[in-house]
Amino acid sequence: MKIVLIASALLLTLTAGAQTKSTADGIAEYRKMLEDGNPAELYEAKGAALWKRPRGPKNVSLERCDLGLGPGVVKGAWVQMPRWFADTKRVQDLESRLLTCMETLQGFNAAEIAKTSFDRGEQETIEALAAWISSESRGQKFALPQGHAEERRFYELGKRAFFFRGGPMDFSCASCHGVDGKRVRLQDLPNLTKNPGDGIGFAAWPAYRVSSGNLWTMQRRLNDCYRQQRFPFPGYASDVTVALGVYMGVNAKGAESIAPALKR
Amino acid sequence: MQRKHIVIGTVAVSALVVAAGCASLPSSAELDAQALAMHKASFSERGIAKMDRLDQDLGQKACSSAIPPSPDVAKRIEAEALASIKWPADGKYIGDWREGEKLAQNGRGMSWAERSADPSGNGGSCYNCHQIGKQELSFGNIGPSLYNYGKLRGVKDMADPAAAPIIQYTWGKIWNSKAYAACSDMPRFGHARLLNEDQIRDAMALLLDPKSPVNQ
Repeated sequence: MKIVLIASALLLTLTAGAQTKSTADGIAEYRKMLEDGNPAELYEAKGAALWKRPRGPKNVSLERCDLGLGPGVVKGAWVQMPRWFADTKRVQDLESRLLTCMETLQGFNAAEIAKTSFDRGEQETIEALAAWISSESRGQKFALPQGHAEERRFYELGKRAFFFRGGPMDFSCASCHGVDGKRVRLQDLPNLTKNPGDGIGFAAWPAYRVSSGNLWTMQRRLNDCYRQQRFPFPGYASDVTVALGVYMGVNAKGAESIAPALKR
Repeated sequence: MQRKHIVIGTVAVSALVVAAGCASLPSSAELDAQALAMHKASFSERGIAKMDRLDQDLGQKACSSAIPPSPDVAKRIEAEALASIKWPADGKYIGDWREGEKLAQNGRGMSWAERSADPSGNGGSCYNCHQIGKQELSFGNIGPSLYNYGKLRGVKDMADPAAAPIIQYTWGKIWNSKAYAACSDMPRFGHARLLNEDQIRDAMALLLDPKSPVNQ
């Protein structure tokens, strides 16, 4: 019911706004209307509870999970990921790291979760956790570490992935997100080769998507970009997705995170 | 299968960690090779979206960087693209603008979610990037406005020999955009079999037919 109302509100705002103001204005206005009622809050509350709840074959909580700032430290972790982790010897984004913690602490099978469809099984757990963990960095500025050689290498690999043209339509990420001021239909496209501004692009995900009525993590956002690029299917938490996260996150240095945001 | 890819990817990265332990980055050429290997390890085929979609041709490879290709390479890409254009055997370039408008509105086709890669089920996605008909307010701006496309180019009678060069150029541009700009953002609708010849005729009519709303 709430979602139907939200969708109609958006539609009305868009329709009414079409002649007199841009859709971006319409969406901004609509967001303002819902400022105290982003449905992502439901995911945040669920995520906060899931973090503390003993779960999995080992019946242990995630409270000792290290997101880069030490075991159990959540505040500020989101705006410094993806980053290098010495225990796995890998650069990991939040979702890749949650897979690690769910496997090592709780005894889940990370590869099984990575194969699970979005919105199903333990993927739902990760969606809620991502909403809560990102919310704990709301208002903080992105500051991904680049001190480790692997973090710098992943930035370089992410840059190459960003400009990689392929598929039947010759698209790369840069086809849509390489310059300022572009749109697909009426959707504004952030320029992700630099800091596109507070709460824009990398600083706006995870987000509750009104059009699909659920919360999308950054992995899901990237997955859908690749679908629209007409590429093959990117593995969940695969290196190409993590490398793109490093590229976009480092470029977004100083941008204020508003995640989990509200999207059309 | 996907799981296998993830495992392979992890092993490949771990092996490189040893080399990357010292502070300097690999050379640019090494990073290029690593990025290619990363793509192969990270993606898997799904439905109609097979792994060969990552195999780049000359133009895709040369246009995969913030730095455009050298003029020599760009010329070669354009020459090969021009040679690839299949002109209509019967000399018939123009179809039905009404069908063309439907194609321009339709953004479907070629993703892993589609059942078939046959062009007959595809749209042209034209409004995603171009203004075309004046009545459609929801248009993108990655490409230039095509409103009044034929009118601005003086096409009053499509059978007039004076209109032939612009008609042929437009066919070529839709068939293989890279013939006229090596790193064009526009898909190669004919060359990549995104649209069939009849569909391209309809898109041509939308742009060039003096009766099309685009030219009012």
